[in-house]
Amino acid sequence: MASETHVETLALREQFDTAEQQKDASTLGMWVFLITEVMFFGGLFLLYTVYRHLYPMVFAVASSSLNAVIGAVNTAVLLCSSYTMVLAVRAAQLGQRKAIVIFLILTLILGFAFLGVKAYEWNVKFEEHHVPGASFHFEGMAPELQRNAQLFFSLYFAMTGLHALHMVIGVGILSVLIFQAYKGKFTAEYMTPVDVAGLYWHFVDIIWIFLFPLLYLIDRHLPK
Amino acid sequence: MSEHIDSIRTYTGVWLVLLALTAGTTAVAYVDLGPFSVVIALVIAFTKMLLVALFFMHIRYSSKLTRLVVVGGLLWLGILLSLTMADVATRHW
Amino acid sequence: MITEAVQERENYLNASYGIKSWLLTKDHKRIALLYLATVTLFFFIGGAFATMIRIELLTPQGNFVSSETYNKLFTMHGVAMIFFFLIPSIPATLGNFFLPMMIGARDLAFPRINLLSWYLLVIGGLFALFAMLAGGVDTGWTFYTPFSTTYSNTWVIATAVGIFIAGFSSILTGLNFIVTVHTMRAPGMTWFRMPLFVWAHYATSLIQVLGTPVLAVTIVLLFCERFFHIGIFDPALGGDPVLFQHLFWFYSHPAVYIMVLPAMGVISEVVSVFARKQPFGYGFIAFSSLAIAVLGFLVWGHHLFVSTQSVYAGLVFSFLSYFVAIPSAIKVFNWTATLYKGSISFATPMLYAFGFIGLFTIGGLTGLFVACLGFDVHVTDTYFVVAHFHYIMVGGAIMAYLGGLHYWWPKMTGRMYPEGWAKLSALVIFLGFNLTFFPQFILGYLGMPRRYHTYPDEFQILHVLSTAGASVLAVGYVIPMIYFIWSLRYGQMAPANPWGATGLEWKTASPPPAHNFEEIPVVTHEAYDYSTVMGEVIQVG
Repeated sequence: MASETHVETLALREQFDTAEQQKDASTLGMWVFLITEVMFFGGLFLLYTVYRHLYPMVFAVASSSLNAVIGAVNTAVLLCSSYTMVLAVRAAQLGQRKAIVIFLILTLILGFAFLGVKAYEWNVKFEEHHVPGASFHFEGMAPELQRNAQLFFSLYFAMTGLHALHMVIGVGILSVLIFQAYKGKFTAEYMTPVDVAGLYWHFVDIIWIFLFPLLYLIDRHLPK
Repeated sequence: MSEHIDSIRTYTGVWLVLLALTAGTTAVAYVDLGPFSVVIALVIAFTKMLLVALFFMHIRYSSKLTRLVVVGGLLWLGILLSLTMADVATRHW
Repeated sequence: MITEAVQERENYLNASYGIKSWLLTKDHKRIALLYLATVTLFFFIGGAFATMIRIELLTPQGNFVSSETYNKLFTMHGVAMIFFFLIPSIPATLGNFFLPMMIGARDLAFPRINLLSWYLLVIGGLFALFAMLAGGVDTGWTFYTPFSTTYSNTWVIATAVGIFIAGFSSILTGLNFIVTVHTMRAPGMTWFRMPLFVWAHYATSLIQVLGTPVLAVTIVLLFCERFFHIGIFDPALGGDPVLFQHLFWFYSHPAVYIMVLPAMGVISEVVSVFARKQPFGYGFIAFSSLAIAVLGFLVWGHHLFVSTQSVYAGLVFSFLSYFVAIPSAIKVFNWTATLYKGSISFATPMLYAFGFIGLFTIGGLTGLFVACLGFDVHVTDTYFVVAHFHYIMVGGAIMAYLGGLHYWWPKMTGRMYPEGWAKLSALVIFLGFNLTFFPQFILGYLGMPRRYHTYPDEFQILHVLSTAGASVLAVGYVIPMIYFIWSLRYGQMAPANPWGATGLEWKTASPPPAHNFEEIPVVTHEAYDYSTVMGEVIQVG
């Protein structure tokens, strides 16, 4: 009786026949989920495409008010976190418990760093009155173009905000993983949670890889 | 995913290339390339995405199905963008 | 005739007792029943709104309800029926129950996510219900801006949040089905040995996974616009309201295929069994499901023909809209060819299937009418369009849903429904449906706008016919409710395979054991091989 003797463990849930089947299902599940995320962010990328097409000059001017160096540094921070994340996955594949924990913690720290810089940047925007709303005002831009500039910043906050939300969720997932890794839950045979968390983390990184040039680097060569 | 375990050297190499491309895209933004600025920016971004996907997300070793899923997702985003722009871009023709 | 008491044999219904064993279940069959209860509730809520609409339309004056109230009625009818009934109906009830069994699996790939999906539908439904009770929403189920973002004073956000949450229910179900079909087929169950019902649900899941996230982000943007007035859809702030329509319909057009593809899957099964013949052109039917899923994403602009969308884009969308009819037509040809020289019996599921084939054909053909840009300019936002989509959604999808419920009822419950009453209801529904909606084609063609509750006197006779039809239709829907519940206690005990069908689900007892199969089957022959069930001794257990 296959069902009676099939004892359910973390590594082999009751509905699966083999560990490999479970791993395949989990991995495919995460990839399909990431595709839904592509479409979710995609709506915002569509808005960006349309409005940049309609208001190219305003977007360029608004974009130049963002600090490109800070943006680039933050991009680098996130890329470093992807580096440490993949090293954590590698350590898990090799069953190196201590290394998993160390690399996950490094990833977590870098993730926090990114969010910290983001918070700083948003604060700067707040002080410059670039936050959309009643007190929005873009210095030096004609009154009839203010609303178009506000559109840029609406997109800026929506896109970086949604991205930051996904980072926060990622940070939460990492925290759980660090705890589980510390407890020795992952072995070379069973490291699927680390694997799929890695996929999620890299995906969030890829979103930022596009957000950075699209938001920060619009026609920077133009004179101010 | 099969047990292709990449070396730390490989990952480090990819990481450094990614950092270089980031510096590159930032620097190139200050050069006047006219309408090609956005093309170059997207090409660099796509390259970075490919590197992260192939090496960090292990698509290099993934099944055909996984690759189909990824390509499909990007293609679908492309449908959303292109057909909507088909309207927006031709409204004043 | 099986008279042995089924109660003693362990099955998924009696394997455990108590409310926790249902609310915390991981069994896909129990979750399917939880969904059945939920969607049925929303069907009757949507039906209540429809009743009020049809009562108002009996007279040319707006004297039953005010204009504002009427706006709320058709909005909430649409929201309840589309998001909380039609979209989950077949996939989450019949799909959840039978997809794993049909491929020889013990459950879906992610049972706990399956349960989460149900909770998300319920929570979303509660938000929508709250909005309905607190005063309603009046924007139309399409939430067009800037009315929904700036001018409406009703519970827009509450309803939108409800739809947002329900959307994730749909996404997770789709994800679960896709992974299950790829990774959990029994040994020997190749892709082309799978029942066409599974193909249909796989294609549906692709749509759910690719389209619904766009609806989700659109609702987030609606929320931001309404709350923060950021201007993305507001012309006064430099935004474009038509962009909302692009984003909305990018999902909502494929959504109609989410509603009809599973129905087509049911029809493929029912026609085959009750003609006792392998479906004609299995491969064509399978691939046409995928084609509908793909092509369905390329046509959304046909909802924007009169919206100030560029005429060039309109031409492209019109052209592409003709293509999406082709795979649907292929299916109709194949079902018809399956019937040819088949050994046809007229059990209730087959009656519903016949109804589907005829009414879906009419609905689909009128879809081609409205796909034509020139013609659509005249009939858009008239009752012609209303009739078109009700022929597909009600004459098609709901008939298939009922047909599927009748077909699989014995398997799910271990009881037969009363055939006489069932046949009668099927007939009443068919007649009621046509009386309700055929006059609406004429009304629309003559110029009666949709979403209006007052109209010129000369339209009254058609509206009266339509309301009369709706009354008949309502009776037709209530009767099965009664006898299905009656059958749970007094229905004839069902054998394992009352219809002599192929398919792994019929190899289990009625109702099935909690783990579906005592041993995972090994599949060695093609699907729909009726030679293996001819003269089969019907056993229990």
